[in-house]
Order: sequence, then C-alpha cells, then structure tokens
Amino acid sequence: MDDTFKPSRRAFLRGSAAVAAGTVAGAATANSPDPLITELQDWASYTGVGVDETPYGMPISFESHVVRRNVEWLTASPISSINFTPIHALDGTITPQGCAFERHHSGAIELSKPDYRLMINGLVDQPLVFTYDDLMRFPRENHVYFCECAANTGMEWAGAQLNGVQFTHGMIHNMEYTGVPLRTLLQEAGADISPDKWVYVEGADASSNGRSIPMEKALDDVLVAFKANGEALRMEHGYPVRLVVPGWEGNMWVKWLRRIEVTDMAVESREETSKYTDVLEDGTARKWTWEMDAKSVITSPSPQMPITHGKGPLVISGLAWSGHGKITRVDVSKDGGITWETARLGKQGDTKALTRFYLDMDWDGAPMLLQSRAMDDTGYVQPTKAQLREKRGENSVYHNNCIQTWYVNAEGIAENVEVS
Amino acid sequence: PKTDGRLGLGRAALPEEIAAWDVDVLPDGRGLPEGSGDVWTGEEVYVENCASCHGDFAEGVDNWPVLAGGFDTLGDKDPVKTVGSYWPYLSTVWDYVHRSMPFGAAGTLTPDDTYAIVAYILYSNDLVDDDFVLSRDTFLNVPMHNADGFIVDDRAEQEYAEWRTEPCMENCKEEVAVTMRSVFLVETPPEGGSNSV
Repeated sequence: MDDTFKPSRRAFLRGSAAVAAGTVAGAATANSPDPLITELQDWASYTGVGVDETPYGMPISFESHVVRRNVEWLTASPISSINFTPIHALDGTITPQGCAFERHHSGAIELSKPDYRLMINGLVDQPLVFTYDDLMRFPRENHVYFCECAANTGMEWAGAQLNGVQFTHGMIHNMEYTGVPLRTLLQEAGADISPDKWVYVEGADASSNGRSIPMEKALDDVLVAFKANGEALRMEHGYPVRLVVPGWEGNMWVKWLRRIEVTDMAVESREETSKYTDVLEDGTARKWTWEMDAKSVITSPSPQMPITHGKGPLVISGLAWSGHGKITRVDVSKDGGITWETARLGKQGDTKALTRFYLDMDWDGAPMLLQSRAMDDTGYVQPTKAQLREKRGENSVYHNNCIQTWYVNAEGIAENVEVS
Repeated sequence: PKTDGRLGLGRAALPEEIAAWDVDVLPDGRGLPEGSGDVWTGEEVYVENCASCHGDFAEGVDNWPVLAGGFDTLGDKDPVKTVGSYWPYLSTVWDYVHRSMPFGAAGTLTPDDTYAIVAYILYSNDLVDDDFVLSRDTFLNVPMHNADGFIVDDRAEQEYAEWRTEPCMENCKEEVAVTMRSVFLVETPPEGGSNSV
C-alpha cells in the first residue's frame, strides 16, 4: 500500500461515474444457459422438511459464520470475558439474541423463574421481595435500545489492532425489551426518590456486578426487563430479569438482577472504581462516565466483508447510535475524511437505539478509505481518534467512539487502518 | 388495592433476608461487619485462597490481575492499575473480596478472613506496616494512594461543548496518509469471510 492516499479525481465527480458498468462480476451475465435454471433442481421436485421438524429453529447451515466469536488473548479467563456480535453480517437494527454479544464477570448462570427473587431495600418505606410472578403483574412497556459495552473499540485506543468490525465494534446488541419501569418498583416500595439519592443494583451471580445509578436516571427510563425481541431473555443475557439502562454503558445493565437498594451515596463498587473509570493523560481518571456518546461504523465493506462483486453498484452499509438521543445524520467519506456525503437512514432513528445507514455508490475499482461520522439530536458530531486522544490520551480503555477507517484496496479487500 | 398508586405486589423483606443479600460496604465504612484481621494471618489466608492467581506477593500470575505495586505509573504509557496505585477506597477492596472472591468460590470468606486478606494486600502495597490490624475501627485510617485521583465525568464541558458544531463536508484536509495498520490478525473466520489480508 502507498503511504499516501490521494483520491482519484473521479471520486469528486459524484454522479458522473454512474454510467452503466459493463463488467460486474457475479452479475447475471452468462454466455451459456444457467443449469440452476435449465435443469430441474431437487428442491423444486422433492419435498422439504415438515413443520414438526424444528420446534425452535436455528439459522440455516449456510449462515454458520454469523456467530459470536471471542479473542482469547483479551482476558485471563473465558469466564470473565467478552465475545463479539457478528455485526459485519447483520443488517437492519435488531440483533438476533442467539448471536448477541456476551460479557460476564463470573460466567453465565442458570437461574430459573421459580428460584428468582428480587429485593428492594435501603431508603424505602417498606423493603420488599418480589417473585418473578409478581413482576408479571406490573404494567409493562416496550422499547428498543442498544446495549454497548463501555470497552467496545477499547483495544483500538493505541492503534489499529483487530482486523474486523465484529472485533472492533461488536460488543453491542440492540433489542426490543419488555419490562417494568424501575420507577414503578421504587414507588411500590415507597422509596426516597429525592434527587440526591442513588440506586445500587446488583446481580445474582458471583461477581454481582454492583453499580450505582443516580436517582434521576432511575426515575427516567430504566427498565426491569424480562423479554427481549419478543421472548424471554437468553440465559447469557440475564434470564429471567435484567436491568436496561438506555444510552448508558453496558456494564450497568445488570443481569440476573437480584437487588435494588436506595442509598444516600454512591457505593463506589469495584465496577465503578477499579473498572469503568477512564484514565486521562495526566494520570487522573474520570469516574461515572455513564453515557455512550454518538458513534457509527461501516459494517460492509469491512475486513470480514470484502467486495467480491467487482466494480459497479456497491452498497455501503453501517450502524450509528447515540446514548444521548436519536441519530439525525450520518456522513460517509470514501477518501479518509477529505470529502463527506450524507448517507441515507434505513429508517428514522429511535432514541438510544441502533440506526441503520446506507450509501449507495458506483465503485470504480479505485482504493477507498471509508469512514462514517454520526450526528445525534444534541448536535454532537462523532470525533476522530485524534480528537479523542487530544482530550484523553491513549489509556482511557473505555468510551472509544472514534471514527473508524477501512482501507479498501483495488481488489475489494478491506483493512483496519488509522489515517492522518 | 392501595390508595397511593401502589399495586400492593410483593411482600415485606425480612431482616434475615436483607442481612443475607445486602452486604455492600460504602466508602465511609457503613456496612462493615464486626471482626478484624492482621497482616500475618492475612498472608496465610491469602496464600491459601488467592496466591495461585494473584501471586504470593499480589504481583499477579500470568494474565491474572496484579493487586500490588504500580505506584505513580498512571500517567505512563502503560499504567499499572492496582489496589495500591489506583483504587480510591478501601471499602471497595473489602466489599469486592468478601462478595466475589476467590474467583470460582465467591462468598466463602468470613469477615475475619476478609479483614486479614485485605490487611495483607495493603501490606503488599506498602500502605501499612506488618503489625497492622484491620477492623471497622482502623478502616478509615488507611491512606489510599489514589484517593484524590478521580474526577466526575466532565465530557460535557471538555468535549461536547466543542464537538457540537456543523462538521466539514468538502476539502477537509489536503491529503490523507495511512499511519497505522491493524497488527493483530485474528484467526480467519470460516469460509465466507476474510480477515487474513
């Protein structure tokens, strides 16, 4: 690769290159009749499987690459570790639960509904214990939200590290949750909801994952959720009950939620002191960096999704999201940030949820440096990695929402790079 | 049905139940149980329960967390964040060890065990002398090295104010150079993908 990337003049002449492309690999051009059409295929003659074959289905075998993957060297043990959603291969916004990423601190536990208990205690009129059945009797709400690990893209702080969007950006999922607002349960216990109070939440697992949430957020949009994408939570996502903390770092989405305590100060637990604090260049650290800022990434083309069809029409597809509200705009650059054009949103952005964007282009086969840049309804513009480093240095670990660059070469192969 | 908007669901939590589950310890020491432990008892309990992963001197084995040392490295290129160099509150150490350690057998340490182990971790960090006895009474006397090392999230002032501006669309820079390429090529996915460029 050349050290310097100069975009071809054609890249600036948007539209002028959109003439009919004559040689599109993989397209429906043939010199002889296609036997897949001219010969009778088995599936058009024999029968398929019956409706009694698969009470609960899995994806077809051809999609076996669309799976969670882990990176062994990232953590000391797979029990307190992370895996990654195959966002390179997904489209739309809803993440299939079966391949939605996992992050555990002491493994995914098996907790049945009959064994489940939820306690509310602390600064409340009446400490309470709920069963799962009790929770089913509170008024419910439905909302779609993203859950992004605070460490998503964290390996990329010091450079371009992992060659695939699944690994650089896949600590995220986006589901439709059904649950009871946390404020409803706090009211049921007669909680002190004055603004200087805190809500400490912890899980039933050995790590407990305790975190402190300020009362204002607890009363706003936090959900005690028991369904995701229409069905019960998966074991690895907190079955039977987890906390949903819209827009805030995934660590606070406590799984296997067993206790909610109203306190007069933050507990300053391990997960909000040793971890999920962000070291700045001078050695001080930010704490309570709860919100996940506006972010986006192109999921295709990307290192796991090379261009295999040659020149001509190309769909650039990606995801954008913001913990502060709705995505209002995504810009895409093909030349490493010299020139930008505004992409098309798959549908109107939902608040604190993944939003799909597309840029339909005519690829002339020239190398590209692809970037995307999200904007949210607070006017915040997704920064470059250089901008982030200028503010924070390289050791924050968490909250890396930088603009990602993919170098796409003339063969359509994409690579994770940093650019000046 | 209640008249105050409550639904009357759930039942009163009993004191024994609250005591069993509410074991968190606040930075001011509230929540600490009766008990105590000294450094040398702590060494024994620590070696038995903790050293196989965290090392005899809390220095860490293989990839397992380092609990001691790393003082004044937080501004370095590779900071070493330990109980001694980084953690702001002793309450967190006690709470986390008591609740969630040892890894794989959490919740098995008695309050006295926990006091002793924490005393040993403090000693390994040179934060206390070898005759130190940790208890509720001595808890707040321990000087935590990085107690003042944390600031509350200030992104709103430091970043948002600056980055909420209409971005550049054309001629945003003269030219672009690739400055870094991904160095770790993770194992190649099954057929259909390619990340082994």
